[in-house]
Amino acid sequence: MKARVHVMLKDGVLDPQGEAVRHALGSLGFDEARGVRQGKVIELDLEDGTSEARIGEMCEKLLANTVIESYRIEIL
Amino acid sequence: MKAAVIVFPGSNCDRDLAVALRAAGFDVTMVWHKETGLPGGVDLVGLPGGFSFGDYLRCGAIAARSPIVGAVVDHAKKGGYVLGICNGFQILTESGLLPGALMRNRELKYICRTVPLIVKNADSPFTSGYRDRQAIDIPIAHHDGNYSADADTLARLSGEGRVAFTYAANPNGSRNDIAGILSENGRVLGMMPHPERAADPALGGTDGRALFTSLAQSFAEA
Repeated sequence: MKARVHVMLKDGVLDPQGEAVRHALGSLGFDEARGVRQGKVIELDLEDGTSEARIGEMCEKLLANTVIESYRIEIL
Repeated sequence: MKAAVIVFPGSNCDRDLAVALRAAGFDVTMVWHKETGLPGGVDLVGLPGGFSFGDYLRCGAIAARSPIVGAVVDHAKKGGYVLGICNGFQILTESGLLPGALMRNRELKYICRTVPLIVKNADSPFTSGYRDRQAIDIPIAHHDGNYSADADTLARLSGEGRVAFTYAANPNGSRNDIAGILSENGRVLGMMPHPERAADPALGGTDGRALFTSLAQSFAEA
Protein backbone atom coordinates (compact mmCIF):
# COMPACT_ATOMS: atom_id res chain seq x y z
CA MET A 1 0.00 0.00 0.00
CA LYS A 2 1.00 3.57 -0.44
CA ALA A 3 0.32 6.67 1.60
CA ARG A 4 1.05 10.28 1.02
CA VAL A 5 1.87 12.70 3.85
CA HIS A 6 1.36 16.41 3.28
CA VAL A 7 3.43 18.59 5.59
CA MET A 8 2.62 22.31 5.81
CA LEU A 9 3.74 25.13 8.05
CA LYS A 10 1.04 25.85 10.61
CA ASP A 11 -1.21 28.84 10.13
CA GLY A 12 0.40 31.88 11.66
CA VAL A 13 3.96 30.62 11.09
CA LEU A 14 5.63 32.96 8.63
CA ASP A 15 6.62 31.18 5.40
CA PRO A 16 9.41 33.20 3.78
CA GLN A 17 9.73 30.76 0.88
CA GLY A 18 6.03 30.91 0.07
CA GLU A 19 6.23 34.68 0.27
CA ALA A 20 9.14 34.73 -2.21
CA VAL A 21 7.13 32.55 -4.60
CA ARG A 22 4.15 34.89 -4.26
CA HIS A 23 6.41 37.82 -5.16
CA ALA A 24 7.70 35.99 -8.21
CA LEU A 25 4.16 35.18 -9.35
CA GLY A 26 3.25 38.85 -8.94
CA SER A 27 6.22 39.92 -11.06
CA LEU A 28 4.99 37.55 -13.80
CA GLY A 29 1.65 39.32 -13.78
CA PHE A 30 -0.27 36.80 -11.64
CA ASP A 31 -1.61 39.49 -9.33
CA GLU A 32 -4.51 37.26 -8.30
CA ALA A 33 -2.10 35.09 -6.28
CA ARG A 34 -2.68 36.79 -2.95
CA GLY A 35 -0.86 34.29 -0.81
CA VAL A 36 1.40 31.28 -1.28
CA ARG A 37 2.30 28.66 1.32
CA GLN A 38 4.89 26.06 0.45
CA GLY A 39 4.96 22.60 2.01
CA LYS A 40 6.25 19.16 1.18
CA VAL A 41 4.78 15.86 0.10
CA ILE A 42 6.24 12.59 1.33
CA GLU A 43 5.23 9.33 -0.35
CA LEU A 44 5.45 6.17 1.72
CA ASP A 45 5.57 2.66 0.31
CA LEU A 46 4.20 0.58 3.19
CA GLU A 47 3.45 -3.01 4.12
CA ASP A 48 -0.19 -3.78 3.38
CA GLY A 49 -2.45 -3.23 6.34
CA THR A 50 -0.34 -0.49 7.95
CA SER A 51 -2.72 1.53 10.11
CA GLU A 52 -3.24 5.24 9.78
CA ALA A 53 -2.37 5.51 13.48
CA ARG A 54 1.04 3.99 12.72
CA ILE A 55 1.61 6.54 9.93
CA GLY A 56 0.52 9.23 12.39
CA GLU A 57 3.31 8.08 14.71
CA MET A 58 5.82 8.41 11.84
CA CYS A 59 4.63 11.97 11.33
CA GLU A 60 4.82 12.86 15.02
CA LYS A 61 8.24 11.30 15.54
CA LEU A 62 10.04 12.37 12.38
CA LEU A 63 8.21 13.47 9.25
CA ALA A 64 6.77 16.70 10.67
CA ASN A 65 8.11 19.07 13.31
CA THR A 66 4.83 19.70 15.10
CA VAL A 67 6.24 22.84 16.73
CA ILE A 68 5.88 24.60 13.39
CA GLU A 69 4.28 22.12 10.98
CA SER A 70 0.97 20.32 10.57
CA TYR A 71 0.46 17.17 8.54
CA ARG A 72 -2.29 15.36 6.69
CA ILE A 73 -2.25 11.66 5.82
CA GLU A 74 -3.72 10.41 2.57
CA ILE A 75 -4.01 6.65 2.06
CA LEU A 76 -3.70 5.89 -1.65
CA MET B 1 36.65 18.01 33.15
CA LYS B 2 35.53 15.73 30.37
CA ALA B 3 33.74 16.75 27.21
CA ALA B 4 32.40 14.68 24.33
CA VAL B 5 31.97 16.20 20.87
CA ILE B 6 29.45 14.29 18.76
CA VAL B 7 30.36 13.75 15.10
CA PHE B 8 27.57 13.26 12.56
CA PRO B 9 28.00 12.66 8.85
CA GLY B 10 28.14 16.26 7.60
CA SER B 11 29.44 17.84 10.82
CA ASN B 12 32.13 20.35 9.90
CA CYS B 13 32.81 22.32 13.09
CA ASP B 14 33.48 19.31 15.31
CA ARG B 15 37.26 19.69 15.32
CA ASP B 16 37.07 23.48 15.82
CA LEU B 17 34.83 22.89 18.83
CA ALA B 18 37.24 20.31 20.22
CA VAL B 19 40.17 22.75 19.80
CA ALA B 20 38.28 25.50 21.66
CA LEU B 21 37.27 23.12 24.48
CA ARG B 22 40.81 21.73 24.83
CA ALA B 23 42.22 25.26 24.99
CA ALA B 24 39.87 25.91 27.92
CA GLY B 25 41.19 22.80 29.71
CA PHE B 26 38.69 20.11 28.73
CA ASP B 27 39.68 16.53 28.04
CA VAL B 28 37.78 15.97 24.77
CA THR B 29 36.63 12.70 23.19
CA MET B 30 35.09 12.63 19.72
CA VAL B 31 32.02 10.38 19.60
CA TRP B 32 30.54 8.99 16.37
CA HIS B 33 26.77 9.29 15.96
CA LYS B 34 26.20 5.53 15.80
CA GLU B 35 27.43 5.05 19.36
CA THR B 36 24.60 4.35 21.78
CA GLY B 37 26.29 5.71 24.89
CA LEU B 38 28.58 8.53 26.00
CA PRO B 39 32.05 7.81 27.42
CA GLY B 40 31.98 7.45 31.21
CA GLY B 41 32.28 10.58 33.33
CA VAL B 42 31.43 13.08 30.61
CA ASP B 43 30.45 16.48 32.06
CA LEU B 44 29.70 18.32 28.84
CA VAL B 45 28.42 17.22 25.44
CA GLY B 46 29.10 19.41 22.41
CA LEU B 47 26.84 19.21 19.36
CA PRO B 48 28.84 20.88 16.59
CA GLY B 49 27.90 22.94 13.57
CA GLY B 50 27.68 21.59 10.07
CA PHE B 51 25.09 19.99 7.86
CA SER B 52 24.31 16.68 9.55
CA PHE B 53 22.72 14.24 7.12
CA GLY B 54 22.80 16.92 4.43
CA ASP B 55 20.05 18.90 6.18
CA TYR B 56 17.64 16.37 4.62
CA LEU B 57 13.99 16.60 5.73
CA ARG B 58 14.71 19.51 8.12
CA CYS B 59 17.99 20.81 9.54
CA GLY B 60 18.96 18.57 12.45
CA ALA B 61 15.87 16.34 12.14
CA ILE B 62 17.64 13.11 11.28
CA ALA B 63 20.58 13.71 13.63
CA ALA B 64 18.10 14.28 16.46
CA ARG B 65 16.84 10.70 15.96
CA SER B 66 20.30 9.10 15.80
CA PRO B 67 21.33 6.60 18.50
CA ILE B 68 23.79 8.90 20.28
CA VAL B 69 21.29 11.72 20.67
CA GLY B 70 19.11 9.42 22.78
CA ALA B 71 22.09 9.20 25.15
CA VAL B 72 22.59 12.98 24.99
CA VAL B 73 18.92 13.52 25.94
CA ASP B 74 19.37 11.16 28.92
CA HIS B 75 22.54 13.03 29.92
CA ALA B 76 20.65 16.35 29.82
CA LYS B 77 17.69 14.94 31.74
CA LYS B 78 20.06 13.84 34.49
CA GLY B 79 21.32 17.42 34.78
CA GLY B 80 24.28 17.08 32.41
CA TYR B 81 25.58 20.00 30.35
CA VAL B 82 25.04 20.28 26.60
CA LEU B 83 26.29 22.96 24.21
CA GLY B 84 24.74 22.99 20.73
CA ILE B 85 26.17 25.40 18.17
CA CYS B 86 24.47 26.18 14.84
CA ASN B 87 23.43 22.75 13.49
CA GLY B 88 23.83 21.62 17.12
CA PHE B 89 21.18 24.18 18.15
CA GLN B 90 18.90 22.84 15.41
CA ILE B 91 19.44 19.31 16.74
CA LEU B 92 18.58 20.49 20.27
CA THR B 93 15.24 21.96 19.15
CA GLU B 94 14.48 18.92 16.97
CA SER B 95 15.18 16.58 19.91
CA GLY B 96 12.94 18.62 22.20
CA LEU B 97 15.72 19.57 24.65
CA LEU B 98 15.13 23.22 23.77
CA PRO B 99 11.81 24.79 22.71
CA GLY B 100 11.00 26.39 19.36
CA ALA B 101 12.40 25.77 15.89
CA LEU B 102 15.00 27.25 13.52
CA MET B 103 13.42 28.24 10.24
CA ARG B 104 14.76 29.50 6.92
CA ASN B 105 16.37 32.96 7.21
CA ARG B 106 13.94 35.79 6.52
CA GLU B 107 15.79 36.88 3.36
CA LEU B 108 16.18 33.24 2.25
CA LYS B 109 19.94 33.69 2.00
CA TYR B 110 22.79 31.82 3.60
CA ILE B 111 24.56 34.35 5.83
CA CYS B 112 28.25 34.01 6.68
CA ARG B 113 29.69 36.99 8.53
CA THR B 114 30.66 38.22 11.97
CA VAL B 115 27.76 39.87 13.78
CA PRO B 116 27.42 41.78 17.05
CA LEU B 117 25.60 39.97 19.85
CA ILE B 118 24.38 41.16 23.23
CA VAL B 119 24.87 38.95 26.27
CA LYS B 120 21.40 38.89 27.82
CA ASN B 121 22.12 36.56 30.68
CA ALA B 122 25.61 36.65 32.19
CA ASP B 123 24.67 34.39 35.11
CA SER B 124 24.63 31.03 33.35
CA PRO B 125 27.49 28.50 33.49
CA PHE B 126 28.08 29.27 29.79
CA THR B 127 28.15 33.06 30.08
CA SER B 128 29.51 33.91 33.54
CA GLY B 129 32.74 35.17 31.96
CA TYR B 130 30.84 37.94 30.18
CA ARG B 131 29.31 41.10 31.61
CA ASP B 132 25.57 41.58 31.53
CA ARG B 133 24.64 43.40 28.28
CA GLN B 134 28.19 43.04 26.95
CA ALA B 135 28.45 43.43 23.16
CA ILE B 136 30.52 40.70 21.52
CA ASP B 137 31.40 39.90 17.92
CA ILE B 138 30.80 36.28 16.88
CA PRO B 139 30.57 34.77 13.38
CA ILE B 140 27.34 33.29 12.07
CA ALA B 141 27.14 30.89 9.13
CA HIS B 142 23.67 29.54 8.50
CA HIS B 143 20.71 29.33 6.17
CA ASP B 144 18.18 28.30 8.80
CA GLY B 145 18.75 30.40 11.91
CA ASN B 146 15.44 32.21 12.10
CA TYR B 147 14.32 31.34 15.63
CA SER B 148 10.61 30.76 15.89
CA ALA B 149 8.42 29.89 18.86
CA ASP B 150 4.87 30.67 19.95
CA ALA B 151 4.13 33.75 22.03
CA ASP B 152 3.84 31.79 25.31
CA THR B 153 7.24 30.16 24.79
CA LEU B 154 8.87 33.50 23.91
CA ALA B 155 7.37 35.11 27.02
CA ARG B 156 8.56 32.23 29.18
CA LEU B 157 12.10 32.34 27.72
CA SER B 158 12.48 36.03 28.37
CA GLY B 159 10.67 35.96 31.74
CA GLU B 160 12.91 33.18 33.04
CA GLY B 161 16.14 34.78 31.81
CA ARG B 162 16.65 31.95 29.36
CA VAL B 163 17.63 34.14 26.40
CA ALA B 164 21.42 33.91 26.59
CA PHE B 165 22.30 36.00 23.52
CA THR B 166 20.44 38.32 21.17
CA TYR B 167 21.51 39.85 17.85
CA ALA B 168 22.29 43.56 18.08
CA ALA B 169 21.09 43.86 14.45
CA ASN B 170 18.78 40.98 13.56
CA PRO B 171 20.29 39.25 10.49
CA ASN B 172 17.78 36.42 9.96
CA GLY B 173 14.33 37.34 11.26
CA SER B 174 14.61 35.54 14.61
CA ARG B 175 11.75 36.29 16.97
CA ASN B 176 12.81 38.74 19.71
CA ASP B 177 16.30 38.88 18.05
CA ILE B 178 17.10 35.56 19.74
CA ALA B 179 20.54 34.13 18.95
CA GLY B 180 20.85 31.60 21.79
CA ILE B 181 18.66 30.12 24.53
CA LEU B 182 19.07 28.10 27.71
CA SER B 183 17.10 25.16 29.05
CA GLU B 184 15.00 25.50 32.17
CA ASN B 185 17.87 24.33 34.41
CA GLY B 186 20.37 26.53 32.55
CA ARG B 187 22.58 23.58 31.63
CA VAL B 188 21.70 23.25 27.96
CA LEU B 189 22.65 26.12 25.64
CA GLY B 190 21.76 26.29 21.97
CA MET B 191 23.06 29.15 19.83
CA MET B 192 23.33 29.85 16.11
CA PRO B 193 26.55 31.96 16.27
CA HIS B 194 29.89 30.13 16.41
CA PRO B 195 31.94 31.01 19.53
CA GLU B 196 34.50 28.34 18.55
CA ARG B 197 35.28 30.42 15.45
CA ALA B 198 36.17 33.37 17.66
CA ALA B 199 38.25 31.66 20.31
CA ASP B 200 41.77 32.35 19.06
CA PRO B 201 43.44 35.53 17.75
CA ALA B 202 44.53 33.58 14.65
CA LEU B 203 40.84 33.21 13.77
CA GLY B 204 40.30 36.95 13.79
CA GLY B 205 38.55 37.28 17.13
CA THR B 206 38.52 36.08 20.71
CA ASP B 207 35.07 37.15 21.93
CA GLY B 208 33.89 33.53 21.94
CA ARG B 209 36.63 32.28 24.23
CA ALA B 210 34.89 33.39 27.45
CA LEU B 211 32.08 30.93 26.77
CA PHE B 212 34.49 27.99 27.00
CA THR B 213 36.44 29.42 29.94
CA SER B 214 33.15 30.15 31.77
CA LEU B 215 32.19 26.51 31.40
CA ALA B 216 35.62 25.33 32.53
CA GLN B 217 35.40 27.55 35.57
CA SER B 218 31.94 26.33 36.54
CA PHE B 219 33.19 22.74 36.46
CA ALA B 220 36.32 23.67 38.41
CA GLU B 221 34.14 25.22 41.11
CA ALA B 222 31.72 22.29 41.22
